[in-house]
Amino acid sequence: MSSLTDAPESPVTHRKIPDRLDNPLRSALLSWETLLLLVAVVIFIVNSFASPYFLNAWSLSDLTFNFTEKALIALAMALLIIAGEIDLSVASIIALASTLMGLAVQSGADTPTLVAIGIGTGLACGAFNGVLVTGLKLPSIVVTIGTMSLFRGLSFIILGDGVFKGYPKDFGFFGQGYVFWVISFELALFLVAAVIYWFVLHRTNFGRRIFAIGNNETAARFSGVRVAQVKFVLFCLTGLMSGIAAVLLTSRLGSTRPAIAQGWELEAITMVVLGGVSILGGAGSIIGVVIAAFIMGLVTFGLGLLNVPGIVMSIFIGLLLIVVIALPIVYRMARK
Amino acid sequence: MKLLKTIGIGSAVAAMALLAATGASFAQTRIAVVAKDIGNGFFVAAGKGAEEAAKELGDVEIIFTGPTEPTAEGQIEVINTLVAQQVNAIVISANDPDALVPALQKAKQRGITVVSFDSGVAAEGRDVQLDPSSIDLIGKTIVKLAADNLPDGKGKIAFLSGTATATNQNAWLAAAKEHYAEFPGVEVVSTVYGDDLFDKSYREAQGLIASFPDLAAISAPTSVGIVAAAQAVTDAGLIGKINVTGLGLPSEMAAHVKSGASKSFAIWNPIDLGYSATMIAYHLLKGEAKAEPGAEIAIGRVGKIVLDDNRSAAMSDPFTYDASNIDQFSSIF
Repeated sequence: MSSLTDAPESPVTHRKIPDRLDNPLRSALLSWETLLLLVAVVIFIVNSFASPYFLNAWSLSDLTFNFTEKALIALAMALLIIAGEIDLSVASIIALASTLMGLAVQSGADTPTLVAIGIGTGLACGAFNGVLVTGLKLPSIVVTIGTMSLFRGLSFIILGDGVFKGYPKDFGFFGQGYVFWVISFELALFLVAAVIYWFVLHRTNFGRRIFAIGNNETAARFSGVRVAQVKFVLFCLTGLMSGIAAVLLTSRLGSTRPAIAQGWELEAITMVVLGGVSILGGAGSIIGVVIAAFIMGLVTFGLGLLNVPGIVMSIFIGLLLIVVIALPIVYRMARK
Repeated sequence: MKLLKTIGIGSAVAAMALLAATGASFAQTRIAVVAKDIGNGFFVAAGKGAEEAAKELGDVEIIFTGPTEPTAEGQIEVINTLVAQQVNAIVISANDPDALVPALQKAKQRGITVVSFDSGVAAEGRDVQLDPSSIDLIGKTIVKLAADNLPDGKGKIAFLSGTATATNQNAWLAAAKEHYAEFPGVEVVSTVYGDDLFDKSYREAQGLIASFPDLAAISAPTSVGIVAAAQAVTDAGLIGKINVTGLGLPSEMAAHVKSGASKSFAIWNPIDLGYSATMIAYHLLKGEAKAEPGAEIAIGRVGKIVLDDNRSAAMSDPFTYDASNIDQFSSIF
């Protein structure tokens, strides 16, 4: 005690205490989103120079069809991965939802019914995943590997090697229609959904709880967060978005086969990881995921315009993923 | 930040150089050939045929492309980029006859000629469909191949088919019957079914060999059955006595052709298929032919086709493979 009182005049009054330890401008410039945006701009410019067909309103509009459906799923998947869970069954949910819509068409369902069936199936599948993960406390990767086979298996049983077609004409609007000039319904829906997801994740208590669970589930539970409830809602949301994607994709293809959307779960997860969401959970942003979705669309379409074979595209996306993830780490190491 | 910048600018410059180097020239007629998936030997061969047609036509540039995985979604992405490039024609083998229709209809609305080959597209999504061969031509071929190698054109033959319910094979066998009269020396003694399983086909072939000691040929209109039968004949030491023929893949049959177990067999020639589909697309987009029922379209060295009510046509007899050309094709598919 005495040592404290014997201390010379306290310098505390002269010391400036900053409001926050990081410099907001500096951190914004160095953020993942800025880096991604830079990459997107570079790819855009390169594309414009590389192909005379790129800078055309309709080309750019067609480009968005390459990613909108997957990106809708990626929005919900981002929340799920931030909370430390994952859903590998999303593409299979699309297959099952599309198959059930096709089945309904055979008995003469109209467009609103079809949309309800598609979205409802997605929601039900998501809830099923949610119950298995939160109720039975099973690891989500195991559960959704199982339901991935289950959901697609069901559509194979219903369809075999057959096809459902004959969707009503006005059903085609969702995947082929435009709301204004070159802005497709799919793109508009994605942008609206992105704003909603941004608000939920970054501006609501629910969003804070997702981060809390992802960072330390036990601590979150002791802080009064209903972990199981939040996770269940996130699985339902992922299922719901898969159901919406199923409506869009089925409408765009005008037919259903059980192989529909094969491999999309990995593309959606790639968008999420490329968007800066930590695969271990606890960190990430919706803006990053949105930019990542555009980057994937720009790269695949740009290389497609140059008729670069698909396998090169896969290599390019893989490299992009590694570069974008490694760059900040390399930067930090170089600074030391 | 400096490092970031350097990496960023460096990669941008490199990417631009790379992309500029691969940049396509334009101004002439551009025909895109879309495979079911890239890296599939059958379509690589079809692409070669398309290049051959382009060389013959002179002012044509071939864009050979396709998705990484054989999916309809992947092909739609490819179609969208081709539409954006304003190619003159799309020649495609479809992963899904229905799912591609909306994307191809959009291409047609923008003035692009669409020809499907091999795996067709539903009629509303394309101008013309080119089948490699017809049921009738295949039926005739599977008898003819057996008859060709019979001593004095006389002898007993048997069919080893796939499953008893297979639509393709049953149609071919029925068509074959119509042509029996053209080969008076041939006596068809039996038709057995190996279910497209190797071991069942092998046992059925053994059964044929045991039941008909003077059997001269086995014709198997299935790529599984023909290999199994050739193996059974080889294992029984009857090479030279029983000739195995039918429909098979050159890569799987090369060894049996070399051993003499199979003197010849047939399958569609992917090079001719790519060549013909490209020729058709060219004549259509130049207005030299019309995509309507009954129209006759010339396809260069392969001959000509006549469109049926569905605007589809069969190219030719299946192509025969024997010791003279097996090496050339066995590396392709």
